[in-house]
This record gives sequence, C-alpha cells and structure tokens, in this order.
Amino acid sequence: MIAIIDYNAGNLTSVKRAMDCLGKESVITDDYSRIINAERVIFPGVGAAGRAMADLKKRRLDLAIIEAFHNKKPILGICLGTQIIMEMSEESNTRCLGIIKGKVSRFTDALKKGIRLKVPHMGWNSVRLKRNHPLFQGVDRDSEFYFVHSYYPVPDESEKVLGETDYITRFASVLAAGNLAAMQFHPEKSGEPGLKILANFSEWDGKDYVE
Amino acid sequence: MLSKRIIPCLDVRDGRLTKGIKFKGNVDIGDPVETAAQYYREGADEIVFYDITASSERRDIMIETVRKVAEKIFIPFSVGGGIRTLEDMRQVLLAGAEKVSVNSAAVRNPVIISEGAEAFGRQCIVLGMDVKKVETTDKIPSGYEIVIDGGRKFTGIDALEWAKRGESLGAGEICLNSIDADGTKDGYEINLNRLISSNVNIPVIASGGAGTPEHIYEVLADDNADAALIASMTHYGSYTIKEIKTCLHNRGIKVRMSW
Repeated sequence: MIAIIDYNAGNLTSVKRAMDCLGKESVITDDYSRIINAERVIFPGVGAAGRAMADLKKRRLDLAIIEAFHNKKPILGICLGTQIIMEMSEESNTRCLGIIKGKVSRFTDALKKGIRLKVPHMGWNSVRLKRNHPLFQGVDRDSEFYFVHSYYPVPDESEKVLGETDYITRFASVLAAGNLAAMQFHPEKSGEPGLKILANFSEWDGKDYVE
Repeated sequence: MLSKRIIPCLDVRDGRLTKGIKFKGNVDIGDPVETAAQYYREGADEIVFYDITASSERRDIMIETVRKVAEKIFIPFSVGGGIRTLEDMRQVLLAGAEKVSVNSAAVRNPVIISEGAEAFGRQCIVLGMDVKKVETTDKIPSGYEIVIDGGRKFTGIDALEWAKRGESLGAGEICLNSIDADGTKDGYEINLNRLISSNVNIPVIASGGAGTPEHIYEVLADDNADAALIASMTHYGSYTIKEIKTCLHNRGIKVRMSW
C-alpha cells in the first residue's frame, strides 16, 4: 500500500488518480501510524511552505515523514514536497524538515536576451539527469515534465542533485538521497513519462543506484 | 528552457462537444472525454474545456465530465464557462481540473480572482479576457476594450488595465481572446498579445484566429505569448498537433516533441 500524505495541500487526488490508472493501490491519509506502516510514501503538495509545515506539525506528520525516511521506506516528494524536505524555505522564512541540507530560494523574474522570464515557472521543461536512477529507468531522456512553482531547492551537497533544469538559473529539479527521491515537477501531470516515474516508484526498493 | 504550449480548446454543452470533432483519418466524435484522451495521446500540452451549458442544474453533468477526463488524461487541463463562485471553483478542481478560468464573472465581481487565488493558489486561476479593438480614448488608452457575455457587451474597461489588475488580484495566467480575430483563421492579434504579454509577469495564452502553423509561429516568436490556444485547426483534421509542433520546432520555437 502506498500512503499519499494528506495535509490540505492540493493535488492529492490527481496523484491518487494516476496511481489508480497504473493499477497501484494507494490511500490518501493523514494518519501517523498508517503512514509509518505503509510500504511506501508519497509526499505531494501545492501551496505555500509556511502553511504546509504548520499543517504537517499539527498532525505530527513531519515526524511521520522523518521516521519513514529513517526506516528506509521508499519516499517520493512532489513539488512543494520537494521543498519541505530541505532545511528552510525563503517562503515566509519557514523552517522545514531538514532531511536534505540546504534551503529553498525564490526565482527572481529576469530579462534574458530580451526575453522576459516570468515567475512562476509554469509549463513543460526538460530535466538533465546527472546519473542513472531507478525511478527514471525507461524514461526517454528527451522527455519534458510539467512544472508550476516560484521557489526551488538549493541543496548544499551536489551529490544530492539527481537532475537539473534551466529556467532563469540552473536549478536542482530532482533530488535523491538514499530511499528518498523528490522532484519539483508534477509526474502525475507530465503525461506518459510522468506515469512511468510513478510506476517505477511503486516497484522501487529504495536503492539509490541502478544495478 | 521552458517550452511553448499548444492547447486545444473544447466547447462543451450538456456534457457533449458542441460540434463533432474529426481527427485525421478518424470518425466524428462528440464525446469530450474521448476527444481529450485523443489530444492527450497526440501531444497536447494542456487542454481547455469551455462549458457553455446554460442552466445551472446541468452543471453537475460538467463536473461528471471533468471527473471522467481526469481519469484518462495526465496533463493539466482547465475548465471555464459559468464559474462564478468559490464553490464552483472548488467543485471543478476537486473533480480533477488543474485550473479554472473566470471571464465575465470576474469583470462583474473582481474579488472572485483574489478569493480563488487565496483559497486554491494563484496557479489555479486563469483570467479569461475577451477583447475588441476600439478607438483609443481617455478611457481606453490601449485601444483594446474588454467585452463580456460572449462578446456582446462592452464594459468600458481598458484591456491592458484589466490585465494588470487581474495579475495584482492574483490571477496566475491570462487567456487572451481577440473577438475580432476569433473564427477568422487569419492569424492571432499579434499587437494585442505583445502589448499584454510584455506588461504582465504571468503567462499569456493567445486565443482567436489560428488557421495555420505559421500563425502560431507568429504569436509565439519574440515572446508575444507563452502558449497558443487552437480549435478548428485540429478539430476538423486539417492539422495534427504533431504537425504543428514539428513546424514550430523546425523554425526554432522550443516545444515539447517527446510524449
């Protein structure tokens, strides 16, 4: 059973629908024990970091995620879920979970070669993988993924960066740390390549490398 | 770099497409769910549904349509038409839409934009603008006026002012429809798109006038718009999305080519 963490943060049903389409059993839950006893955990989210952390803490779900991580459960962070695992976010100066060292910064809109780069970064963009990873097995390297965000993670350790994307700056769009993988884009809204990542996740044993 | 988006628009009434849509080598289909699934498979980057159902009790049918679409397509889609309240928005989003668009309702009650953005996030709220070219006056300095109720009613609101106001109220995106260009197949209103796009910091979807891939190129080149809405070009089998995208790609516009 896959636990999709419920903390009032939107896009939960779209993740559930994608898992349903793949024929993978999942449940949307805010129950601490259900989460730490699940086979694997998806930590999705759309919204603001400050409110998300407050909601998580209120239900002790911050502790559930950290415990699931230390118990080597496969965990998938999506969008805001990818920011919340960092130490702190510039969004309302929020202290986050700190599973991965580093912070979350905001894009500043910019003019590049006369072209206005708008914030949020919204739409399809590519991801340059720095190495192979079980979640990206069978995913075409030319694939693009759907992003909607104004903030992005800035991990301290470059080995935690699995994939990078160019928008205004080059940022870490996919993070990997052992049994945790986290992506700034929405696999549940990224067509077939996104579904492939979710299918891979539902089979993933939590190993950080491809044998 | 971010890709430019190609977005087919489907008009739905009482749970059916208002016109049968004919894909290349395919029969007419009037089912919005099947049509959306077909566009999804063909490489659409997003889909827009415009609900033109008049009566409110029929709204449930649209919600049911949205729910079925969400089970089949895994790209973002938005729903517009007849959305007036937070509750309308909530229902559509819960049923699986990524975004809702407000048009006439936002002109009558601009607060719906900020309330929607506050409740569901800015990225959910698309401001639909129907625009007509008029003489430049003190009241309409841009020479483009907002019209509502399907283009019938002039509002006295300047389009550029409204776009900026919509952004400051919390709209995450603008869908900019030129009533003059709509249905002509003569190309998008480039000046209008450039004017709005260069004066707001949220994405602009160009709408109205697409007849050929060249038209789409014109509006996406030089950053006049971030996405292009299309309807008849693909609905009646003149072009596939892949043909359009290949054409744009060959001319140097970044579009998603792998799906």
